[in-house]
Formats: sequence, C-alpha cells, structure tokens
Amino acid sequence: MDKILNREEGRLLAERIAKEAGVNVRECYQCGKCSAGCPMADSFDLMPRQVIHCLQLGDMEEIFKSKSIWLCASCHTCSERCPHEIDVATLMEKCRIEAQAKGYCGQEDVKLFNDIFTETIRYFGKSQEVILEGAYNVASGHLVQDMENVPKMLKKGILRPEMNTVRDKDAIKKIMEKTEEGGAVK
Amino acid sequence: MMKYSYFPGCSMDSTAVTYKKSFEYVADKIGLELFEIPDWNCCGSTAAHTKNEKMALALPARNIALSEEANPGLDIVTPCAACYSRLAYSTYAARNSEETRKEIEDIIEMNFKAEPEILNFLDLFSDPEVKEKCREKMVRSLKGLKVACYYGCLMSRPRKITGEENPENPMKMDAIIEMTGAETIEWDFKTECCGASHQVDAPKEARPLIEKIFRNAAANGADAIVTACPLCNMNLDMREEEINKLYSKKYNIPVFQFTELLAVAMGAGAEQSGIHKHFFPAFDRINEVIRANWEEEKKKAKEEAKKNPLADGPIVVGKAGK
Ligand code: SF4
Ligand code: SF4
Repeated sequence: MDKILNREEGRLLAERIAKEAGVNVRECYQCGKCSAGCPMADSFDLMPRQVIHCLQLGDMEEIFKSKSIWLCASCHTCSERCPHEIDVATLMEKCRIEAQAKGYCGQEDVKLFNDIFTETIRYFGKSQEVILEGAYNVASGHLVQDMENVPKMLKKGILRPEMNTVRDKDAIKKIMEKTEEGGAVK
Repeated sequence: MMKYSYFPGCSMDSTAVTYKKSFEYVADKIGLELFEIPDWNCCGSTAAHTKNEKMALALPARNIALSEEANPGLDIVTPCAACYSRLAYSTYAARNSEETRKEIEDIIEMNFKAEPEILNFLDLFSDPEVKEKCREKMVRSLKGLKVACYYGCLMSRPRKITGEENPENPMKMDAIIEMTGAETIEWDFKTECCGASHQVDAPKEARPLIEKIFRNAAANGADAIVTACPLCNMNLDMREEEINKLYSKKYNIPVFQFTELLAVAMGAGAEQSGIHKHFFPAFDRINEVIRANWEEEKKKAKEEAKKNPLADGPIVVGKAGK
C-alpha cells in the first residue's frame, strides 16, 4: 500500500483517470453548478467542484482522503448539468476505485456494505437481502438499523426466508475472479 | 408484438412484493408475453461499479448473453432502475467498442453481441400497443387522486445510457398514470436522488434526501407518490413513518408502484395488487377515491338511466377481483 503520492505521481494518475473517463478537466471553469445540484453535498468534505479542481492540480491525496468519493450516490446530476459536459460522476467513481486500490477509505461503512454485497453475489449469484442487511448490521455494529422493519417484512411476506441462488455458481465465481485481476476496461 | 425477454432482478423475489403482484396481474390482463432469462444473476448494482469497472460490465453481460441464447430476437425488460442502468451500460460499452465487447466475452466465456434493446418498465408501458391494451382494460377510475410521479436518477440519467430527451422533466410515467384517471402534478423532485443504498450504509447523510422528496411532493399538493423501481419505492414507503418522527412532520403520502395503480384501475383486488402490503398505509386512501368515482358514476347512470361504464366498485378485502 503506497499511501503518499508525490506531486508527479498524482499528476500522472489524475491524467490517466481523466483520460479513461474521456474528460478534459482543464475545461472546468469552476462555476460550481455540479456542487449546487448535488444531493449529497451537505455531507461532502470536498465539493464536486473541488474534486475537479484537485484533478486539475494533480492533488490526488486530497481526493483519496475525502469522504465525498464514498458518499457520492452516482446520481449523475452533476454530469447532466455541467455546462462543459464534464462527466463529474464518472470521475468520482474512478477516483473511488483508485482510492480503494491504494488502500484509502474515507467512509468505512459504505465500503463495508459494498464488500458484503459483492460477497453475497460471489457465493449466491443473486443478492440476498436478508443476509445482506443482517451481515452488514453485525459487521458495522449498527444493530438497530432497519432491523425493526424485518419482522414486518416477514409477516407481510415481503421477505422470504428461503434462498434464491444462481444454479451455475462456477460461472459467477469465474467472472468475479477474472475481473478482480484488475486493470481498467480497454 | 408484446413479447419480451424478462430480467426480474433480485428485489422482485423479495422486497418488491407489491410491484411483482401488480405487474403480474397487469401483464396477464393485457396479454404480455414474458420469457424469464434462465439462471440470471445479480446485475452487480451499486456495489460492483463502486469497486470494479470490469465486474460492473461483466455481471450484467452474462444475463444479456443468456437472453441472446434463450430468447433470441427479443428485447429485455426489467422492473428495477438499477438493473436497467447496469444492463444498459454493458450494452452501451459493448456497442461502442469492439475491444470492450470482446474483452467481456472473454471474461464471461460466452458469445455477447449486445443486440437486444434494454427497456425499463416505463419504456415498456410507453409502447403504443401495450398502452392501447391497458386502456381497453380500465374498469375503475382514479379521478381525483393527485399523484407525484417520482422517476429517480437512473431511468433518466445519464442521457447517453437512457436516451431520455428531458432528464430534468421526464413525462413517460405521467402519461402512463393518466390512463387511470389520476391527475399527475408538476413538482420539482421528479428526478432527485433517493439515496439508493446509502439509506443503509450512510443513513445520517442520506435520510434528508427522502425528507426533501416528501416535502416537495406535499408542498405541491400530492396525495400520493408513484415510483417505478423496487429500491426507490422501498426507500420512500418503508421510511416515511421514520421521517415523520425524525423531522417532526406529518406527511401522509402513500407511495405506490405505478403498476399497482394500473392493476387497481383494471379491477385488481387487494391480494392481486398488493396495496394492503405497504409499510405506510395506502389502501384506504385509494379506496376512497375509487368509491367516490363509483358512486358518482352510479348516480349519473341512474339519472341518465344508462349502463354504468365503470363496472367495478371499491376493493373488498379477501375477495378476488376479476
Ligand atoms: S459544473 Fe462543470 S464546469 Fe462547473 S465546476 Fe462543475 S465540473 Fe466545473
Ligand atoms: S453523482 Fe455524486 S457528486 Fe454527482 S451530483 Fe450525484 S452524488 Fe453528487
């Protein structure tokens, strides 16, 4: 895990991320429209506009440390509204993937939820909402979260205790393994 | 041709019981032919694209490849906004780069041509033939019910994936709901985000998003919110009570799937539409509207001594509809 990026490394990484996203971050004139419409901005420590600014500067450390890349809901409001068609949402996503690969995590619970979700896919092929919520609550320590709704769900037949899984489990395992080898999409 | 390859997605078999019941009722009524993709898997949802781009493309691609194999020539419909988005992304990526398409084929070890169109349920019910069939089957009116159509993010954005002409003010659901006689209102939060899975993993940060949606719907006079996605629906319906407590509000806005309103207008009972299975009470509100319209029609029919065109009265619990 190489945590500290020097200036040059940061600049190169920022360039690669922007290139993969098909974006020229120099075109951002810092108008802030992306931040204004962001539904999660109230909880961000780095506004979408500032994320783009950091990418312009190659200051990846600042982005990787932030909560924002984890709290981004991938709603694409920012990308839709940017007057320069800068795909902010995709940049946020690529930053999150890179941050993760480098061992950064600004928001543990979000990462934990996604990790458990991915594991349920690996083992069952389908997402198992009971297991997912249960495992997440135990692992995160948030035991009351949504659990009060579970008896109601069972009573109304909204949740069913039996499992629904993919038959060809090997096919799914193979997809997971092959894609985890890493690298961006060509 | 009302034949489609069908990708139900994980929620349809668990939390989305009202969506499933009402959709099956409507599909049966109008004669929709659906062929479920054999042995389909989870689309990967938020988790996969949060972690790994290739995984996010390959998981949905396996489903599309299975569909191409088992249901050749058929377009794929899916009820979930997230599944729709993920399937459409894989299709978009493969159609735009032969290299990516081949790379995905190598990962899933299947032929993947990315030929079928990916349709969400709003696309499906916007098809002129499907719409016409729906119109023919209406036996109840929801006139007087003011509805806020909530589209959420992924059925509108990003535009290159959804093809939506007006991502800030989509109208497909409004046009579908109008068939039931209900009135759709103008409001500002049609495509605002519900927080998706952050309602579970970042509740403190995400709850305000739901409160704002209810607030805007209430301010614009909505009697109900209507959704077209299992997750959007659950985030609103399951958490309305909590939101009222948390923010000391008294929102009284039931949240329906659009297929529930279609089913009820086609004569479905409670069992068949699922409207008695909501977290936040919905049954009485809609039944009041039906009763009022029914009684008005009866009165009119009596006055004019002609046949009552609305054949069905209010919903009786425990009694099957037609
Ligand atoms: S909306 Fe676009 S141009 Fe404006 S600050 Fe955001 S990314 Fe930059
Ligand atoms: S995609 Fe992320 S950064 Fe952009 S508006 Fe939505 S939550 Fe904010």
